[in-house]
Amino acid sequence: MEANVTKPFVKKKQNMKRYFMEGDGKELSTNKASKDMKKHSPEKKGSKPIGEKRFKKPIKMRTYSDKDGQQKTQQVFKIDISKTERHRKWQMKKQRQAQGEQRKLQHRKHMREQQDPFPGDAPIPKERIQKYERGEHIKDTGTRTGQGSRKLAEQEKKLQFAARQAARTEILLHEEAGFLEADEGEDTTSITQHDLAGVVDITSAQKFFELKLPDFGPYSVNYTRNGRFLLMGGVKGHVAAIDWMTKKLLCEVNVMETVNDVKWLHQETMFAVAQRQWTYMYDNQGIELHCLKKLDCVLRMEFLPFHFLLASANSKGYLSYIDVSIGEKVAGYSTQMGRLDVMCQNPSNAIVTLGHSGGTVTMWCPKLKEPVVKMLCHQSGVRSVAIEQAGQYMATSGIDRTLKIWDLRTYKMLHSYKVPMGAGQMAFSQQGLLATGMGNIVQVYKDSCRQEVKAPYLTHNLTSSVRSLQFCPYEDVLGVGHSTGFSSLIIPGAGEANFDALESNPYQTKQQRKEAEVKMLLEK
Amino acid sequence: MKVKVLSRNPDNYLRETKRDIHKVPRNYDPTLHPFEAPREYIRALNATKLERVFAKPFIGSLDGHRDGVNCLAKHPHQLSTLVSGSYDGEVKVWDLTRRECISSIQAHDGFVQGLCAVPDGSSFLTCGTDKTVKQWSINEEGRINPEPVVTLLGKTVFQQIDHSLGHNSFATCGEQVDIWEVDRAEPVRSFTWGVDTVHAIKFNPIETHILAGCAVDRSILLYDMRGSAPLRKVILKLKSNALAWNPMEAFIFTVANEDYNLYTFDMRKLSMPLNIHKDHISAVLDVDYSPTGKEFVSGSFDKTLRIFPYDKGHSREVYHTKRMQRVSVVKWSLDNKYLLSGSMEMNIRVWKARASEKLGI
Repeated sequence: MEANVTKPFVKKKQNMKRYFMEGDGKELSTNKASKDMKKHSPEKKGSKPIGEKRFKKPIKMRTYSDKDGQQKTQQVFKIDISKTERHRKWQMKKQRQAQGEQRKLQHRKHMREQQDPFPGDAPIPKERIQKYERGEHIKDTGTRTGQGSRKLAEQEKKLQFAARQAARTEILLHEEAGFLEADEGEDTTSITQHDLAGVVDITSAQKFFELKLPDFGPYSVNYTRNGRFLLMGGVKGHVAAIDWMTKKLLCEVNVMETVNDVKWLHQETMFAVAQRQWTYMYDNQGIELHCLKKLDCVLRMEFLPFHFLLASANSKGYLSYIDVSIGEKVAGYSTQMGRLDVMCQNPSNAIVTLGHSGGTVTMWCPKLKEPVVKMLCHQSGVRSVAIEQAGQYMATSGIDRTLKIWDLRTYKMLHSYKVPMGAGQMAFSQQGLLATGMGNIVQVYKDSCRQEVKAPYLTHNLTSSVRSLQFCPYEDVLGVGHSTGFSSLIIPGAGEANFDALESNPYQTKQQRKEAEVKMLLEK
Repeated sequence: MKVKVLSRNPDNYLRETKRDIHKVPRNYDPTLHPFEAPREYIRALNATKLERVFAKPFIGSLDGHRDGVNCLAKHPHQLSTLVSGSYDGEVKVWDLTRRECISSIQAHDGFVQGLCAVPDGSSFLTCGTDKTVKQWSINEEGRINPEPVVTLLGKTVFQQIDHSLGHNSFATCGEQVDIWEVDRAEPVRSFTWGVDTVHAIKFNPIETHILAGCAVDRSILLYDMRGSAPLRKVILKLKSNALAWNPMEAFIFTVANEDYNLYTFDMRKLSMPLNIHKDHISAVLDVDYSPTGKEFVSGSFDKTLRIFPYDKGHSREVYHTKRMQRVSVVKWSLDNKYLLSGSMEMNIRVWKARASEKLGI
């Protein structure tokens, strides 16, 4: 019987052809067929001929009439779709999709359930917390009641919390301190200011400058508390106040008399000048405000900012304190130790330190008639005294060419160095660098208090002898007043990087300055 | 060589426009802040001095009574309404904002001994020496209906009256402590302990079934409204004149005593007072707590008002005027801002609770 091959699925795929066979069982020859021949083994039951698909079973014979009207029969095959290749591929795809979904859900769950690997606050190094602790820990020293000891424990907890929180705020500080590291084999001592100025950025390079003022004698220098304004006083009478960063001149005047010392008062609005006979106070425009006849023949002055006291030491051995906010003399003592021309202030407790020609250093407080402390520091005269910012260390230098570092809590000598000549001026910076002026040479020592120092950190040679030194607060700058003018030197790592705007703000506006003045007076 | 020199960019430290606030970078390093403790001390000292400079506590006085003021009652919902009763039997309602009397009625024949507001704010109760308790209705403006809603007759003189905050009942005290309900003509319950008069009674605002009273035999009694007998009694050296419960702590109350002191007790342990408050120089006549429960005010026979913290032994503030005589009743307003004192010279005075506070008056 002939069976016409009907093709209900008219698809263009070549593969489709293999599903249909001619009535006599002969398969169309395709490539696939040959593959199938390899797959199927001839021993399978059902005794199907090689090449025929396993899933294909003839069910019945179907008779139909042709378009001519002839009766024809055809074999009807049952195709088990679930066993086709196409089906298998579809199944695999579904499986893969399901797997992908599952993996996605698992990943999400994993992310949800994950714990913070670093729970709690960030750890803080112990030294940092110690920096912010003030005073000793409260110890449970025999309180009689349980309530009392519980109160003390609560207090201690609060203090520790405060110290921790303050230590955590360090992350908010904007700036970092400067530093200078020499190459291997080289020493920082050999680096000159010109080298430094060539290497650093342009704003910092501008901080190294020199003002040549040869006519009016050696200059005393003073920076304001916020390090913005500079006051210079030449011995022959030239007094000038400038904003040294922008080089803007505030005032310049010649007082026509010998000027021994100049000092800014609490702000950049007023300054005091110790002239030949009396002390005068000037406005920042150069207008003379007061003539203080009570302070006569003053050689050195120090301003105590938190007490509004101007301490002055004169050539007759008299130390006096004047309250500049009310204009009254608070205390005056004749020290009976001769001419007082070495003076320094302890910034942490406002004690005035004087150095004498016998080698003694005395410390004075406005309330007491006698010096609070009297120390024999050198075998011959004391040439200069300097005290560190935190009030822990004192450096003294004498005519006997020694430089000694003292611990101010125990009043014991820590280190003693031999220097080529007595350092006439010394100054400490905010970060603990010590600058010494010996003749024409300025040397800066790093970390001289806590350890023995072998060589200076930086040196600078001037053309004339040094008259006064001061580090600029909050800047990496050392101001040197000498016989032919003023030099500003770059000393990396000298200044405190982050200032507290409520204490002293170098970027104060006029309004902020006025308010700060009122607040300072209220807290006097 | 490696160099870094401190160079600050002024843009980071200066504000950008005039409308911005100034930039204030902080550094909490102690070396940058010398003299911390003395400066802080000076600031605190100056602040205290300024507080004293600005301390002007007296606001005004309400005058209109024709005899000494015996009792005051605060309206439970309206801060500006005050009801006062005087020795001539007159009850007045005041508007505190305008310091005027809104309405007044002749409530009793003798003294108005006790005055209290019903917690829903629609009426208040008075009791007097004419052995009656009357309930008066008060409308929102403060006008009293001249006819009492209810009149209850008793057998003895009533000394004081107080309404419970949680139950619809009030208590009167006199020869005995009676618990009444408004619709009943006879007291629901009576408590006696000994033969002495109880002359002050107050309900606990939190545990609203507990009362405390002060008796003439120098004792303080505790009652439970639901019980049949008084709970406890503690006897002091001298008679207590008045009593106030702490509105924040359920078990604390303070009594004003004749021996110039005030005693704060814990209801659970009456054997020892929690605190003794000493500062008056004459008998303390009345006491009232602040709504925060942290302070209380006391008025005494020496012509002063004193404000005490709840846990301290001495007063933080004293108010007095040349014109103010014996302070018989004090109240602390429910917004914690004002004190009201009624005194013998027929005036009610309004004071600030915190003397240097700016109130805009």
